Amino acid sequence: MSPATAVDRIAAAFESHGKAAALMPYLMGGFPGIDASRDIGIACAEAGADLLELGIPFSDPLADGPVIHAAATDALVAGATAEEVLGVCEDLATRVPVVLMVYANLVLAHDARVFVERAAAAGAAGLIVPDLPHDEAADLLSACDGAGIALVPLVAPSTRPDRMRAIGRDARGFVYTVSLTGTTGERDELPPGLAETVARVKAEAAVPVAVGFGIARPEQARRVAALADGVIVGSRLVRAAREGGAAAVGESVAELAEALR
Amino acid sequence: MSGARTETGVERRFGPYGGRYVPETLIPALDDLEQAWVDARDDPAFRAELDALLQDYAGRPTPLYGAERLSQEVGRQVYLKREDLLHTGAHKINNALGQSLLARRMGKHRVIAETGAGQHGVAAATACALLGLDCVVYMGTEDMRRQRPNVERMRLLGAEVAPVEAGARTLKEAVSEAIRDWVANAADTHYVIGSAVGPAPYPAIVRDLQRVIGDEARMQIQNVAGRLPDRVIACVGGGSNAIGTFVAFLDDSDVELVGVEAGGEGLDSGRHGAPLTTGARGILHGAHSAVLQDEDGQVVEAHSVSAGLDYPGSGPELALLRDRGRVCYAAVTDRQALDAFRHVARLEGILPALEPAHALAWLFANRGEPGGIDVLTLSGRGDKDLGEVLELG
Repeated sequence: MSPATAVDRIAAAFESHGKAAALMPYLMGGFPGIDASRDIGIACAEAGADLLELGIPFSDPLADGPVIHAAATDALVAGATAEEVLGVCEDLATRVPVVLMVYANLVLAHDARVFVERAAAAGAAGLIVPDLPHDEAADLLSACDGAGIALVPLVAPSTRPDRMRAIGRDARGFVYTVSLTGTTGERDELPPGLAETVARVKAEAAVPVAVGFGIARPEQARRVAALADGVIVGSRLVRAAREGGAAAVGESVAELAEALR
Repeated sequence: MSGARTETGVERRFGPYGGRYVPETLIPALDDLEQAWVDARDDPAFRAELDALLQDYAGRPTPLYGAERLSQEVGRQVYLKREDLLHTGAHKINNALGQSLLARRMGKHRVIAETGAGQHGVAAATACALLGLDCVVYMGTEDMRRQRPNVERMRLLGAEVAPVEAGARTLKEAVSEAIRDWVANAADTHYVIGSAVGPAPYPAIVRDLQRVIGDEARMQIQNVAGRLPDRVIACVGGGSNAIGTFVAFLDDSDVELVGVEAGGEGLDSGRHGAPLTTGARGILHGAHSAVLQDEDGQVVEAHSVSAGLDYPGSGPELALLRDRGRVCYAAVTDRQALDAFRHVARLEGILPALEPAHALAWLFANRGEPGGIDVLTLSGRGDKDLGEVLELG
């Protein structure tokens, strides 16, 4: 894939989904095994995913709650490597745009440009680095721009106006809006200030706004879709992967996709 | 001073190290903390309250003790900075009192902390009891098992000990879990990190609160010896007693600064806690620093007989001082530290904690020029380690 088209694929996925919002399932690469995670990604794509967020397991995932943390630990214990997960990315990227969720140390451990080039070669459309806030991201942003993949920033309800402006200005692909102040994981209720948070992000960003963290049920996804351009569901699906493998994940994604139609 | 200061005068980076590698959600809390620290640090009322507590409650200044029999044995004049004599038994109380006062000043009624051996947890629980703050201490279940008396101490002091089951169930995971709590609860919670690690401004705050060790020692050695020491020696886990000691001597270019890390079962074994000695670098717990990791960038577990040194990272300022050649780092093994523990007990009537026993072991192995003057920070007392020492010999 030529570099220029990677970011375009994200934009296209947010435009042509035929739903109330684009649906972006999260899966943990290498969980419960490398091949199993590839099957899970395929099941997501076939069940109506518009983009995929593919996690690379990391030893110390500070932004993740217990479900995704445990999946990362299990993937590493089973021997998963970043290289293998990039192999999964390559297979899935032929179906839908894949955005890699990867912690900063894995990207910056050696040379950021080397990692970015490997990701681009594996067909990744973008990177989400949950522990690399805007102030630390300048070098990686220029590396991603050079390789034609999107460095997708995160914003949180606590992000203040001046930062929101700077983040929105430098956003590529989409803005990942963290719905709540906390780590990933299923919640019973959507956070009360979500509409306001999304409105603040939209006011500053030229790219689509997707919302993640705490969204699990179809009804929650539908309500988020009324506010935002994209809906990200993670822990619910990782739990399904643990409980019932690709079939269970596919079923959940189909329900979510149905709720957005 | 060694770091690039921001407009607030608090370093966010130390050369290439430091930074704030945390989820965006925490950035406003870190901004607020940085500003609060600048305001507090320059506020005479805050300083006076902290100084009074350090003196009357914690027991400062601590003595600089000329260790006669130890000096005879190594052929040098050895002075021990007696942080082991502080309330709660280690230097950790300096930082815990300062940060808990800061929490109260910021209007945060809830304090969280992490602990490995339990010394920082006990110090935080103590400061919170004193100031009437709620306290939750994250602790790996393996450490809870190894350090049962400190778990009971924290509970008696009114703190909740939150067990952490992830990973090796030790300090690294306890820090991660405390950060996750803070991500969710920063509005009413202050995270009292126990070492000179973590995202900015923590490494600077902890250094500022621990530099009382070095400032006192520098003044005391000039009073008793009439000159500066030739060598200043401290053990390094995360590095709070080391940076707190070294910072006072950074501009004294003739003073050699030595940081002693956990060599565990030997550097070749791969089972150690010596990221500075082995030249490692990476990102852990919000900062770029010396971090033990594998080729892929996965952070690996440290190993040390001493729970306080059983950590794969280290303070970013200590990493910069390594690169600049200002501080030399070395590692001693579990065996050497255990031997030094027993030896110093008989020689001086002092049970050192296993952490500073590493510094003492280095001294025994590196006697240097006869007649020189050494200051060694005895960061804590060894009562907590009796079980480990008796079991391992």
